[in-house]
Amino acid sequence: MEVPILKQGHYLIASIQSALTDADLSQLREALIERVGRFRARGVIVDVTALDVMDSFAVRTLRDIAHMARLRGAETVIVGIQPEVAFAMVQLGLTLKGVSTALDLEEGLLFLDHQAQLRIERGTGGTGRLDRG
Amino acid sequence: MVDELLIPIAADVDVVTARQRGRDLAAETGFSSGDQTVIAAAISEIARNILNYAKRGEVVLSVVTNGDRQGVVVVARDQGPGIRDVARALEDGYSTSGGLGLGLPGARRLMDDFDVASTVGKGTIVTMKKWRRMNA
Repeated sequence: MEVPILKQGHYLIASIQSALTDADLSQLREALIERVGRFRARGVIVDVTALDVMDSFAVRTLRDIAHMARLRGAETVIVGIQPEVAFAMVQLGLTLKGVSTALDLEEGLLFLDHQAQLRIERGTGGTGRLDRG
Repeated sequence: MVDELLIPIAADVDVVTARQRGRDLAAETGFSSGDQTVIAAAISEIARNILNYAKRGEVVLSVVTNGDRQGVVVVARDQGPGIRDVARALEDGYSTSGGLGLGLPGARRLMDDFDVASTVGKGTIVTMKKWRRMNA
């Protein structure tokens, strides 16, 4: 099942709709990293609200997405981890360390806006990229 | 023992099927949604181990009653290469497949009973149970 990826301003939003196989997750990773470049995105939101389980493969893939996107100049935030899912993740030892998370889509968008604002204040520009016309 | 459910594991989609069947069985048995998630996550890890290490195998789900307790039993069987050092495989972060090394130790933390029987060259059987107290 392919995960729809929406573009909203400088952000990409991947909204997971149902249970994903490992292959689906890997495909999502490739698609997001490619689109960060194609759309010059500065932020990526992965909405996992619909996921009823997050196992080690899912967590590793989300972590890879966040790290790869950062290397491409975009910040990633994972939103919508359900309480039971969070409980099971911690028991499994899966903490998503080094990856930003937010409660839901709204908080995720606020987080990315805030990150962008911080970059401007630091004088490092939108993504640190030179905008060439 | 009644209602034994066998799910063959040979592709990544089977991992999803196994954990969904496990969640359904846990729900029917009266486990909380938190415990259903825990059971599904544990099944996901051990079913993926079958794929990663043995290529194919099966997950068998059943329900047992023991006094005033009822349990979901998950048995994951394969005829793969087996685990040379089971104690080591149960340590966090140890993996021979390039994974996070949290599958077996993580599943053990999630479940109440956990047993690994493995013979090198013959295969591996993981048996795990999650219990709940039956209400009057």
